[in-house]
Amino acid sequence: MKIVVPIKRVIDHNVRVRPTADGTGVDSTSVKMAINPFCEIALEEAVRLKERGLASEVLVVTIGTAAAQEQLRGALAVGADRALLIETERALEPLAVARTLTRVVEEERPGLALLGKQAIDSDDNQVGQMLAALLGWPQATFASAVELEGEKARVTREVDGGMVTLELALPAVVTADLRLNEPRYARLPDIMKAKKKPIERRTLEEMALDLPAQTEVLAVETPTPRQRGVILDSVDALIDKLRNVEKVIR
Amino acid sequence: MSSLILIEHHDGRISPACARVVAAARKLGAPIEALVAGYRVEEVAAQAARLDGVSRVLVADDARYADQLAEPLATLLAAHAKRYGYLLAAASTFGKDVLPRAAALAGVGQISEVIEVVDPATFKRPIHAGALVATVRSDAPLKVLSIRATAFESVGEQAPAPIETVEAQGEALGARFVESHREASERPELTAARVVVSGGRGLGSKQNFSLLEGVAGKLDAAIGASRAAVDAGYVSNELQVGQTGKIVAPDLYIAVGISGAMQHLAGMQGAKVIVAINRDEEAPIFQVADYGLVGDLFELLPELERKL
Ligand SMILES: Cc1cc2nc3c(=O)[nH]c(=O)nc-3n(C[C@H](O)[C@H](O)[C@H](O)COP(=O)(O)OP(=O)(O)OC[C@H]3O[C@@H](n4cnc5c(N)ncnc54)[C@H](O)[C@@H]3O)c2cc1C
Ligand SMILES: Nc1ncnc2c1ncn2[C@@H]1O[C@H](COP(=O)(O)O)[C@@H](O)[C@H]1O
Repeated sequence: MKIVVPIKRVIDHNVRVRPTADGTGVDSTSVKMAINPFCEIALEEAVRLKERGLASEVLVVTIGTAAAQEQLRGALAVGADRALLIETERALEPLAVARTLTRVVEEERPGLALLGKQAIDSDDNQVGQMLAALLGWPQATFASAVELEGEKARVTREVDGGMVTLELALPAVVTADLRLNEPRYARLPDIMKAKKKPIERRTLEEMALDLPAQTEVLAVETPTPRQRGVILDSVDALIDKLRNVEKVIR
Repeated sequence: MSSLILIEHHDGRISPACARVVAAARKLGAPIEALVAGYRVEEVAAQAARLDGVSRVLVADDARYADQLAEPLATLLAAHAKRYGYLLAAASTFGKDVLPRAAALAGVGQISEVIEVVDPATFKRPIHAGALVATVRSDAPLKVLSIRATAFESVGEQAPAPIETVEAQGEALGARFVESHREASERPELTAARVVVSGGRGLGSKQNFSLLEGVAGKLDAAIGASRAAVDAGYVSNELQVGQTGKIVAPDLYIAVGISGAMQHLAGMQGAKVIVAINRDEEAPIFQVADYGLVGDLFELLPELERKL
């Protein structure tokens, strides 16, 4: 069984992001880029399933600029078998990403599509659910455990009230939450080997999909920061402030 | 064109977030209807009908919705979507699971985590874990919005709106509910509590984490945690506050032994008053805290509990 893992190149989570000078985008010039952390977790899970003999091939795919090859190489170095870049300069909305991935899935016919639950740049949390809808597949979002048994996947999901376990008939879509696993680091020899592996490339245009933009970003701003408060010298002073100044406790 | 709100409910009660989603919908200026899908949900429908601003409640009562699986719910929602200008749900794990699936079936995009309605086509939403706020305009005939509930004040009650039954539809597509684990707690629910006391890695152990119980008890507070505390196994995941956990906006948030990473701040910066207790005066949490105590939490917490 093949597993497809869609990954996204994003600004590294440690970078303090800023709006662009014209205030309509996010400044990504010369900042550190990385694989979206949730995609890393999805990939790690796919590689582990393969190592346990439950999957035969792991295909990573990204829709993005030529620079995203860096993240695909990173994915090859930690155990992906094949990498596909669908090249475009456009920043696609989640529905357009899902439509493009639907085409890839229809061609590749995997038993499982494993995605991150959300991209930490746009924080959309949509693509996996949309992909499942377009394919007519069952879904398990926010996975913290995935087991494969024959034609079925048993997935534990992290939800607001605790945990829910679902069973899905394959093929299915699963999106990874933080606690699914801890991704490994690439070893140097594997990084060297990954440099030689081919990356399949095609352009988004040649796929001839109809992907109209539905939204326009009018502005990107830094929210007004909270004012730094005061350091108090005793528990008594704190209780006094909360009780008599803020009136948030009795 | 009206708005349709997908009602979230558990064990016969609507989620408190619904009253906040109605508040967001009221800003759109369109008539508001609510969709209740579940099994034996008469009482839920009655509660939805009393949310101030709802003009009609649609009820799909059928065993296929008993486990609130996204597959049949999204199909049902998308089938009704054609008649509406907006589809809304809370950006809870439930809303996040169902709404994008319904949007894709309806052939439109979604705007996630709306925190402000600027005008009927323009919305503000946080991106990059709240480090930035984007203003987004949508031209889609059907706008699908997930609402960050804490950004809106709950609506009150009204005389019940009419309730109508609609036909059940949608299949599970091979998904099956197996079991659920909910941690029983006497503490108030995290996202609805007036006071939240959260602990981080600084607590050091599962046993120490229970030190928070004393203070929380005195303040009738919910207990929260940083990701580091959850990962270390001090508490279970549903207590995590932050970018990938819950978003809280209580009157008072007390962060104990939490450094204040961006991803944590993303979940609690909306609190009215923030208190930080940390032994490192350089900890970033002090940059957002209204009041700070620098010192050993193992001394400060028991003292706080005693004096409250
Ligand atoms: C994609 C992504 C998503 C994430 N999502 C979240 C999220 O949703 N929520 C979240 O919280 N984190 C999230 N994180 C993790 C986040 O980056 C931090 O690692 C985490 O918040 C740190 O938790 P902490 O503050 O408890 O631990 P630490 O950073 O280790 O801080 C512990 C603090 O305790 C203090 N301390 C220690 N001992 C004492 C003592 N005896 N008395 C007083 N103070 C003491 C220390 O001075 C320190 O400041 C995410 C990370 C990533 C990459
Ligand atoms: N441009 C992209 N290329 C490939 N996969 C993507 C892309 N954007 C999002 N995804 C996948 O969808 C997941 C959820 O992203 P989102 O819905 O945008 O928050 C990510 O973790 C990826 O697995």
